[in-house]
Amino acid sequence: MLPSAVKTELERRIAEADHPKELVVDVMMACQAAYGYLSDEAVAIAAGMLDMTPLEIEELATFYNYIYREPVGRYVIHICDSVVCWMEGYIPLRDYLCQTLGIEMGETTPDGRFTLLPACCLGYCDRAPAMMVNKRVYGFLTPEKIDAIIDELSSEE
Amino acid sequence: MHPQVLLKNRKPDRITTLEEYREGGGYEAMVRALKDETHQSIQDILMDAGLLGRGGAAFPMGQKLSTVLENAPYPRYVVCNADEMEPGTFKDRVMIHADPHQLIEGMVIAGCAMGAAHGLIFIRPEYENAARILSREVENARQAGFLGKAIMHTGFDFDIVVHRSGGRYICGEGTAILNALEGKRPNPRKPPPFPTFKGLWQLPTLVQNVETLCCVPHVIQNGADWFRSLALTPEGAGTKIFSISGRVRRPGCYELPMGIKLSEIIEDYAGGMCEGSEFKACLPGGTSTQFMPASMYHAVMDFKSLEDAGYRLGTGAIIVFDQNTCLVGATLNMIAFFVRESCGWCTPCREGLPYIRDLLQRIENGQGEPAFVDRLKEMCDHLPRAYCAFAPGAAAPVESLLEHFADEVNEHIEKKACPFKSS
Ligand code: SF4
Ligand code: FES
Repeated sequence: MLPSAVKTELERRIAEADHPKELVVDVMMACQAAYGYLSDEAVAIAAGMLDMTPLEIEELATFYNYIYREPVGRYVIHICDSVVCWMEGYIPLRDYLCQTLGIEMGETTPDGRFTLLPACCLGYCDRAPAMMVNKRVYGFLTPEKIDAIIDELSSEE
Repeated sequence: MHPQVLLKNRKPDRITTLEEYREGGGYEAMVRALKDETHQSIQDILMDAGLLGRGGAAFPMGQKLSTVLENAPYPRYVVCNADEMEPGTFKDRVMIHADPHQLIEGMVIAGCAMGAAHGLIFIRPEYENAARILSREVENARQAGFLGKAIMHTGFDFDIVVHRSGGRYICGEGTAILNALEGKRPNPRKPPPFPTFKGLWQLPTLVQNVETLCCVPHVIQNGADWFRSLALTPEGAGTKIFSISGRVRRPGCYELPMGIKLSEIIEDYAGGMCEGSEFKACLPGGTSTQFMPASMYHAVMDFKSLEDAGYRLGTGAIIVFDQNTCLVGATLNMIAFFVRESCGWCTPCREGLPYIRDLLQRIENGQGEPAFVDRLKEMCDHLPRAYCAFAPGAAAPVESLLEHFADEVNEHIEKKACPFKSS
């Protein structure tokens, strides 16, 4: 269920917008935040609010990198695999992350904490190699730094 | 030290506030433009200044504005493209974090030059911090009377919305951004009609990159001749924010005159090559540009000079490679990026790029054959027939790899292994 405060706020913005469809990404993101991912139910809700068909929502959901149609962990780690990070050691870091978390790229840890996904250039190439966790970017990564970040996130609850 | 224009207010640890921006003369150009200038006179100044789009395409901003017809319908829109997803490019993030009001002021003046009352900043999810900064500073500008209804009692209305993207490279394409804003699947549109004629919601729309819009207040404030004189070459105009990364000591963003030499950027600003590294090649403007080999080390960096030499300045995002980096591997990485980010709309791109990737992958794995080189060239030749500029951009590194680093490619094929991987 979409929390009623979220729903009211979205409905207010939709009512005020000249073109409600302009808000579709925001609506999908808000639904995603409430459900943890863009579930089928969330797709139907987003479609209903914007007077779109679920198929139209689906088309967009599957297009955008940051809309998840499957459950993800509480922390989504996006590791940059573009060329500067690649040059500065992306591959060993990716392997280190997989090993530390005990999962492959694209998977979620069994405790539901971490999901590991590849990302295109995060725009932090001056601090390569870089990764982003729930929209916060970390640069100049080393195995030690990764350990510290994972520890910190694991203890945050 | 070269003159600093766009980054003159940059501080090591925080953004420039509205007050600080105003102390440095901020919003003066806007107030003057709203009071004294006309659509036409602003367009003329921008045209005379030779301000070319800094998002990669290098189209003259004044000329783009001049295609908005006087009797075109309202409302009209100014869209700021802050999607910046080209690998190696991070200048817009730095500019927004340094001095956000410069962008806001530039958008209002652009709006004034075409009679637009609505501005939208389209920003990628990776730049959530920048998006928050912009939302806050837009509100501050509104409170101060620089945005909203009847700005500074001039009767001119203009307001800005910060629009977050769901994240996809193609959204940064000048027409795909319109579909993205309209809540459609962001495939590119094929002009004509051009967006200044029928853009967002089929209404006149100016789409410009962050850096270009940031230049506007300075051009209006100081004039076209001043802007031209900032460049070191007669062909150039203004300064350029170069974002440099890869095998240099001090990667980062540097504001330098257009027409500066590549070698000077690397040695004097980026601190030279990393310990033990020698310059082998660079991409001058992100991954959609050609590799420049060592013979181009002293290249003059402005749009025209590079074009005359057969290269593109693109976004000015310089990625530096050294003698220990495998350029087949690097090109493979870039093509994999383009394969993943293709919008899939048209066949040459959707089918052609994966084929190129597979050929490069086999060469890199030591399974390459001499015939692959011709096949790669043939595939690259198909890409300009794609629906938008994405596919020919993707071909640029591959074509230049085959042209300038044929030896490196052949070595992979002959040795049946990557020479950079120790066995
Ligand atoms: S060239 Fe590629 S990105 Fe452009 S429309 Fe075709 S498939 Fe889409
Ligand atoms: S290449 Fe990784 S942040 Fe740009």
